[in-house]
Amino acid sequence: MPQNNYEYFLLMPQIIIAVGIVLSVLIEITTKKSEQILPWFSIAMFFGTAFYSVFNINQNFVLFSGMIEVGGKPAIFNFIFNIGAALVVLSSIDYLKKYGTYYGEYYILIQSSVLGMMVMSGAKDILMIFMGLELMSICFYVLAGINRKKLSANEASMKYFLLGAFATGFIVYGIALLYGATGTTSIQNLVENFVTYSSNIIFVLGFVFFLIGFSFKIAAVPFHMWVPDVYQGSATTVTSLMSTTGKAAAFSVLIIVLTAVFTFNAPNVFRPYFATISALSMLFGSIVAISQTNLKRMLAYSSISHAGYMAIGLAAGNMFSVAGIIFYLAAYAFMNIGAFTIISIVEGEDDSRTDFDSFSGLNDKSPVLAATMALFMFALAGIPPLAGFFGKYYVFIAAIQSKLTWLAILGVLSSVISVYFYIRVVVVMYFREASEDFKINISPYSLIAVVIAAFFILVFGILPDTLMNVILSALP
Amino acid sequence: MSSIPMEYYLILSAFMFSVGVAGVLIRRNAIVVFMCIELMLNSANLSLVTFSSYLGNPIGQVFVFFVMTVAAAEAAVGLAIIIAIFRNKKTVNIDEINIFKW
Repeated sequence: MPQNNYEYFLLMPQIIIAVGIVLSVLIEITTKKSEQILPWFSIAMFFGTAFYSVFNINQNFVLFSGMIEVGGKPAIFNFIFNIGAALVVLSSIDYLKKYGTYYGEYYILIQSSVLGMMVMSGAKDILMIFMGLELMSICFYVLAGINRKKLSANEASMKYFLLGAFATGFIVYGIALLYGATGTTSIQNLVENFVTYSSNIIFVLGFVFFLIGFSFKIAAVPFHMWVPDVYQGSATTVTSLMSTTGKAAAFSVLIIVLTAVFTFNAPNVFRPYFATISALSMLFGSIVAISQTNLKRMLAYSSISHAGYMAIGLAAGNMFSVAGIIFYLAAYAFMNIGAFTIISIVEGEDDSRTDFDSFSGLNDKSPVLAATMALFMFALAGIPPLAGFFGKYYVFIAAIQSKLTWLAILGVLSSVISVYFYIRVVVVMYFREASEDFKINISPYSLIAVVIAAFFILVFGILPDTLMNVILSALP
Repeated sequence: MSSIPMEYYLILSAFMFSVGVAGVLIRRNAIVVFMCIELMLNSANLSLVTFSSYLGNPIGQVFVFFVMTVAAAEAAVGLAIIIAIFRNKKTVNIDEINIFKW
């Protein structure tokens, strides 16, 4: 157990971001050129934090008398959050001009939300989970409506806010009951006495409230009503941030509170709950996505079904399923950020050109964009040598190990359905004539983000062991 | 406080929470919905304080301060969002705010 001042050094990733937020505010206030400085400042900060976390992955400690954990699993999550946010910032540089809104606080809000996620993924106390969650969510509410003159953004922001705050109400009430049943808010105590508490009705009730609140945040059916509207109405880059890193942060909390089940083989009393939401999310997301004509809305429903696949891992509840979920989250972050970045390149002003027709004949206009978009669609569908396939594979294997074969079969079935609407995008891009004539201005920065995302998809797909070994070594 | 049994406070808190949830699901004015969400948070605060008092440890009361702070931040952001939508749409009725449909 490190002592005194040394603790602050171990907390360096969070401190870098926190100091960076203050500096960003100062840059925004003092210079007129913040539009050029802030994105690069944020990207440098995110990459620095991501690599610092990964290189110090073995420094696994619990700091500040059992409040926050550094190294190990949180380090991998920090990598996902920071690289994801860096790619989003990279793709925002030119997109924000097109979207007709440049506010310096856009970047500051992204930084704050990443800080919130990092607090969540390292939390060792329910208080930390709550503070991190709110820091992330409040930033997302504002980011969703960052263009306050646009009615669609307003509507997305308000729906997200009302349902997100509703979920927060459930989480806080759940925490109150958990506290009443256990007399403390420490996760350590929760993990050690999980089996004893499982027979306490107040504890189970509180835990279910807590899980319902987080089911809103991970966008699982039946708590998904906000997802399509919010993802469609927000700025495309913001959507890519909240659909990937936000989901990863919520899953990191579910993994933390269920540590007893995953690591110490406590009986998974909440298995029926997770199995139900996962089966419903997979099938609902895949089936409804078929009828969509807007690409952002289609990816929103696909996001719901991906939440379902990841929830299979929570239902399975063994060590291997945690590794599977983390792998899936990393793969999903890159696939989805890549796909949304391409949509943000093709998108015109005033939310136009986000439907399937606008992508027809994309191969003639820009072979690079069409090829990478096809790559992301194949990865999302789970076609073998790509990262998305191995994410699903590990989660399904974990389900079969825990004798949840029916859930794995439902998952495979739902993947087969989902292939239809992912491949439809590819067909439209390659085998249709362009329906409307417009020129695509490819932003070089966005293109770099797309290439980085595609690179990670290929690496994690062709050499899944690279990431999987790191994840397994980080788990206790 | 100790003369009143703990259950009374918890039942009141559960009742407040139910009123909040029902209000969010039934009411159509965005501001009233938001007030119902605040009611949910405050019912949780009441539970936390009750447990804290009867268990004799202060963590619950500390937690309440954090919940209150967060609720204030949320109120600031939420009311700003509602004002933004009112400027564009001239209404805060949730049923009329429906450009997205599936």
